[in-house]
Amino acid sequence: MSALTKYLRWDTAVGILLIAVFLAGTGTTEGFSDTANLSAALDDTAEIALIALPMTLLVVAGQVDLSVASMLGLSSALAGSLWDAGWTFELIVPVCLLAGALGGLLNGWLVTRIGLPSLAVTIGTLTLYRGLASVALGDKAVADFPEAYAKWARYTETVPGTFVPYPVALFAVLAVVAAVVLHCTGFGRSLFAIGAQEEAAHFAGIRVKRIKLALFMVSGLVASFAGIVYTLRYGSARADNGVGLELVVIASVLLGGIDFDGGRGTLGGAVAGVLLIGLLNNLLTLNDVSNEIQVIVTGLLLVASVLTPRVIATLGERRHRHAAAAPAK
Amino acid sequence: MTTALEKPPTAQAQRSPSARSLADTVFRARELSIGGALLLLIIATWISNPSFLDDQGVKDLLLNSSILVLLAVGQSVVVVTRNIDLSVGSVVGLTAFACGHFASGTDHSAVTVLLLGTGLGLVCGLVSGALVSFGRVPALVVTLGMLYVIQGIDHAWAHGRQINAANVPDGVLSLGSGSVLGVPCLPLISAVVLAGTAYFLRTYRSGRELYAIGSSPEAARLAGIPIRRRVLAAYAFSGAVAGFAGALWLARFGTVVADAANGWELTVVSAVVVGGVAITGGTGSVWGAALGALLLTTIGSALVVLKVDSFWQQAITGVLLLLAITTDRVVQVRTTSALRKKSRR
Repeated sequence: MSALTKYLRWDTAVGILLIAVFLAGTGTTEGFSDTANLSAALDDTAEIALIALPMTLLVVAGQVDLSVASMLGLSSALAGSLWDAGWTFELIVPVCLLAGALGGLLNGWLVTRIGLPSLAVTIGTLTLYRGLASVALGDKAVADFPEAYAKWARYTETVPGTFVPYPVALFAVLAVVAAVVLHCTGFGRSLFAIGAQEEAAHFAGIRVKRIKLALFMVSGLVASFAGIVYTLRYGSARADNGVGLELVVIASVLLGGIDFDGGRGTLGGAVAGVLLIGLLNNLLTLNDVSNEIQVIVTGLLLVASVLTPRVIATLGERRHRHAAAAPAK
Repeated sequence: MTTALEKPPTAQAQRSPSARSLADTVFRARELSIGGALLLLIIATWISNPSFLDDQGVKDLLLNSSILVLLAVGQSVVVVTRNIDLSVGSVVGLTAFACGHFASGTDHSAVTVLLLGTGLGLVCGLVSGALVSFGRVPALVVTLGMLYVIQGIDHAWAHGRQINAANVPDGVLSLGSGSVLGVPCLPLISAVVLAGTAYFLRTYRSGRELYAIGSSPEAARLAGIPIRRRVLAAYAFSGAVAGFAGALWLARFGTVVADAANGWELTVVSAVVVGGVAITGGTGSVWGAALGALLLTTIGSALVVLKVDSFWQQAITGVLLLLAITTDRVVQVRTTSALRKKSRR
């Protein structure tokens, strides 16, 4: 292993890139580092960031959940229709979360009991949950949520003394919890083990099925919570809220250096990936770069994020081989 | 798992005849079950609304499914090698717009436009394929990135403009609306591509090698199969077919906005999975994938004909999708254990 591959891991590189983007933005763009703009930029990524946490754990364990954005939409539609029916918000939230947990349970059940690949299962439930969302709310939009609830999701309301909006503060807490769970506990190690070699993990006494089931449930739960945040933030409950968001979440996680084949990555990297896409998009928007170009940048970053470490590793290998071959002559 | 047993006799000389005949039946049953479900759906819909199968109904069914069938055929060639191509939807969007832009107000022939579309798609496929095979990076990440890049290029280029059917040359449009001996052109073209691909995958050595790669990349490498070249070729094929489908999209609809086929990547993958092509590679046939595409389209049409509340349609499609892959899996597990029992005896 060359020094380059040893010290410049991809997740560290993404962190450095994040700081570089922040500094470049501060230097070149007026208003970028204003607290109001940073609050808005962070708040704009709140749902993606929240969903990215369980997604990171899932991908580390070699699974994927494509149904998260549909679950977000279902939760939003459910919240809208129940609010329309006159329910109180204190009752709506637990019902939405319950729906999320049940949706996750279905995903997990199909994966662990039937033995289907998670990609196939969650493509199916992606369609199903989005369909249920439109059953719940049709093509209506419910928008009359009272300010008392809505303000909690907006960037204008921040944790006193900071510029951090409440959903982002919650994300920060959950990110620390997820990082500790993933990197400092036996449970976290078993996720890496399942992702690296599921069968070996099973024979090593890890309860693979139970853990996978739990992961999918948490994923559904967090996605439904993100649906409530989304609804309040935009002040609009719609069945098609967050269409296509699943691919953005996965892109962020993979950008952060989580190996899609499972078994490798750090939660810090995933968080850096989410923030990098969020900050970059905000910076590009401030500079009047069109949305289309932002999409291209995201795509190129994603390709570069998987290509660069491989190229470095290949170069390192080659140098290593040269070094090994030299004394033999 | 089944596919390993489904190889033609030439490649299977060492397998005992009895095992093969059983496996053959199982293989057939697998595609038969999808076909059976399709038939059942069509008959049930037809009984409750006879207009579902009148001339126009059948024509609509074929026309609606032909582009999805094409994409499913291209996708399954990639999925068989244990890879995935999420960029197909955006390739269709890009080529449909590019072809429209190129042909608008001119009298280019349909062949020129189809060639342009196929060529453009081929380039996209080659880029994805080169990144996957030579960059040795996970296919899902690369093609997800390509999805964004191609979609971004498409949207930035179109910039809200749209191609109008009035400007598209008649030669191209007649491809979408014309028919040969009463059969519309589009499904005919799809059928030809389908049959050609199926023949190639079943008969040619390089076709079989795609299955070998998906079945066990390590074993394929040790067997001396040029994995990188084959995977590159699979992506090139998938891209070219998607580009071809994009040109046909223009021919069928005439009016094209930049986000044509946006989000189709997951529909195409569902069609392939429902059709019995395992997402883990090595198994399945393009016939199955095409049946899967046909089934998905037919479900959509049937729900409309049956006047199912449009809000319910997507949910029902989702349930049927889950049922299909679950049934397939259960059947697969049953047959594997049956085969094992038989061989133990």
